[in-house]
Amino acid sequence: MPVGSVPPKYKVTIDMDLCMLCERCIENCPYGTFRREGSKIQIISRACTGCHRCIAMCPRDAISLEEKPVDYRSHPVWSREAREAIYTQAQSGKIILTGMGNTLDVPQIFDRLLLDACQVTNPSIDPLREPIELRTYIGKKPRKIEIKKTSEGDTDLVTELAPNLKCETPIMIGHMSYGAISLNAQLSMARGASEVGTFMGTGEGGLHKSLYPYQKNMIVQIASGRFGVDIDYLERGAAIEIKIGQGAKPGIGGHLPGEKVDEEVSKTRMIPLYSDAISPAPHHDIYSIEDLSQLVRSLKEATEWKKPVFVKIAAVHNVAAIAAGIARSSADAVVIDGFRGGTGSAPRVFRDHVGIPIEAAIAAVDAKLNEQGIRNEVSVIASGGIRDSADVTKAIALGADSVYIGTAALVSLGCRVCGSCYRGLCPWGIATQREDLTARIDPDIMYKNVSNLIHGWTLEISELMGAAGINSIESLRGNRDRLRGYMLDENILSVLDVKTVGADA
Amino acid sequence: MMEKTRTIDAKGMHYTPLNKEIRAAVKDGITEIILDHINGQRFIGDGLRGEDVRIIINGVPGGDLCMFMSGPTCIVHANAEHAPGNTMDSGTIYIHGTAGDAVAHSMRGGEVYVRDSIGYRGGIHMKEYKDKCPVVVVGEYARAFLGEYMAGGIIIVLGRGKQPPVDERGVGTGIHGGELYIRGEVPDHLLGIGAEKKPFTEADRQKIRPYIEKYCREFGVDEPELFSDEYVHIGPSSARPFAGKYCWE
Ligand code: SF4
Ligand code: SF4
Repeated sequence: MPVGSVPPKYKVTIDMDLCMLCERCIENCPYGTFRREGSKIQIISRACTGCHRCIAMCPRDAISLEEKPVDYRSHPVWSREAREAIYTQAQSGKIILTGMGNTLDVPQIFDRLLLDACQVTNPSIDPLREPIELRTYIGKKPRKIEIKKTSEGDTDLVTELAPNLKCETPIMIGHMSYGAISLNAQLSMARGASEVGTFMGTGEGGLHKSLYPYQKNMIVQIASGRFGVDIDYLERGAAIEIKIGQGAKPGIGGHLPGEKVDEEVSKTRMIPLYSDAISPAPHHDIYSIEDLSQLVRSLKEATEWKKPVFVKIAAVHNVAAIAAGIARSSADAVVIDGFRGGTGSAPRVFRDHVGIPIEAAIAAVDAKLNEQGIRNEVSVIASGGIRDSADVTKAIALGADSVYIGTAALVSLGCRVCGSCYRGLCPWGIATQREDLTARIDPDIMYKNVSNLIHGWTLEISELMGAAGINSIESLRGNRDRLRGYMLDENILSVLDVKTVGADA
Repeated sequence: MMEKTRTIDAKGMHYTPLNKEIRAAVKDGITEIILDHINGQRFIGDGLRGEDVRIIINGVPGGDLCMFMSGPTCIVHANAEHAPGNTMDSGTIYIHGTAGDAVAHSMRGGEVYVRDSIGYRGGIHMKEYKDKCPVVVVGEYARAFLGEYMAGGIIIVLGRGKQPPVDERGVGTGIHGGELYIRGEVPDHLLGIGAEKKPFTEADRQKIRPYIEKYCREFGVDEPELFSDEYVHIGPSSARPFAGKYCWE
């Protein structure tokens, strides 16, 4: 039964006193929000996704956008979202898919953690005067090393070291596949990451040949669909990541709709044109931690033990025990993706309700690995809702070695977090394969946005560390003493192993 | 051309040095590598390249035999463990015996021939692209979940000495490309969601013929009925089995 239309999400207006009828808004909107009618621009607000492309391109600042222009009767239980989801499902009888991360207004633990700084008794360090060491090695660290003195009085290392990734900053870019995003977006991020000496993930979409120049800074992914995976691909990457799960949709697989599989995407993923790319929920060769260990070793064996192998899991209730299992599987790093992680598409009910916050997951994993005496066996990479350098610093103080950013890197390319990635019409040229739209990103220019962002955050992290009197990232890692909880309850404080504000050192 | 042969005694050898020796042999231009006393070593031929290389395995290899392999032919004179041909790119595996679970998992190209039976999840998520079409031929029977999530390729079950050759559920669940050919009967209720029976045409018969011939040649089988009998042809009911499950926010 028709229930009529729900109120439009946005209301777009143009101040006709300012408008010069240049029609840039019409050209820039792929959703058909604007239309020229005589000496006026006609607006269909219902078509708007809130992507801001028109606003960014209007030379006269003539466009205004209002969110939720029509109120529902307010009700503390029956939120707008709850009601609208029911209307949608009453008509379709299907699972609701959404784009981008968790939209529930849940407390951000990061925002309730405060960093420390030195005053009087322990002098802070000025990064301009003294080096702050941010270089991060991702991979296994030996428990002890054996050395021997040579006859010339030099010291030689006898212990064989496992391969590590050398990152100039604890910030890496996570996996976003070609197909989910455009090649130009990938190129911009890959070049940006190379520029600042860090790494970026390929996602489960293969490695397009135009990314080969940056392969030394790319982590190739192998997920349950095994798309684009062959021995060449494995050998090209700096590291290999097995994706078990993802924070935005733990426990379920992925699915790239056929419409997005154009000529180039099909070539890179090695699947037929316009066919659905279905990644099953589990890897069907991994049904146990022993099987996982087998895949880790198989990847190492195939690449002659030259590449670190990471395992990515979603932060779920039992994350610490799972991470400990991974640490014992020969994997070199465990990636934990929290429930605020972004995605091109995930069922709404998973995105908002499955998994745990990354802050608690990092602390639990770090504590478990320490307790078992195997923290050195793996690096911990945290992801899922890292928004700024403070989040990075707090994640490391909670016990992570490094972080992956995803959405933040896209935002540096213009993404407005409009959440309409699934439409395949991203006006910023990111989550789309339509040529006129992807052409909106010139990787030779936009890579700078990405490197600037990481560079800026890295500077901030060194300032924060200097202010706290810490001159190397190793001394920040797991240093929960430099965190205080603000308005966090006792249970969370005990999981995080962080004292409350005001507590003595 | 003279075959250059090298024999490696794998007795008590760990898989990493074993694979190193295999790689070294390929590098030296050896075209036939004989592995004696294989006893459960995993990952043999993992990621190995080389079109004209033949590996002969005497003994039971461990899991993930020839994973990611690109080119070589591998002949196993015994049973094989789970997932031979896992994510294999090209090349051929002949197994003179049975194989475990997840045979040819996610295989992208090449051929796997198993003389006897295979375990669960055979050919799961195989996929094809352009000229790469993976093929699995099983002599006797296959356990449950055969050909699940298949995105391409061909699975043939000959049902030699075991009819019906598939009598467990989950055949082709989620299949969205590729085909299964099973000699004999497959009751409808064993088919998973997304799989359906298709007519077995003369074109289908011609299509699977060369693979059955290869099977017979390798394993010394002379059974004309393998060519003349009816096969159940199973394929996807839609190229997009999950499309109807979702709507957008
Ligand atoms: S872009 Fe701005 S100035 Fe140009 S037509 Fe649109 S509203 Fe008017
Ligand atoms: S990538 Fe594009 S479609 Fe997706 S949220 Fe960002 S701006 Fe919107």
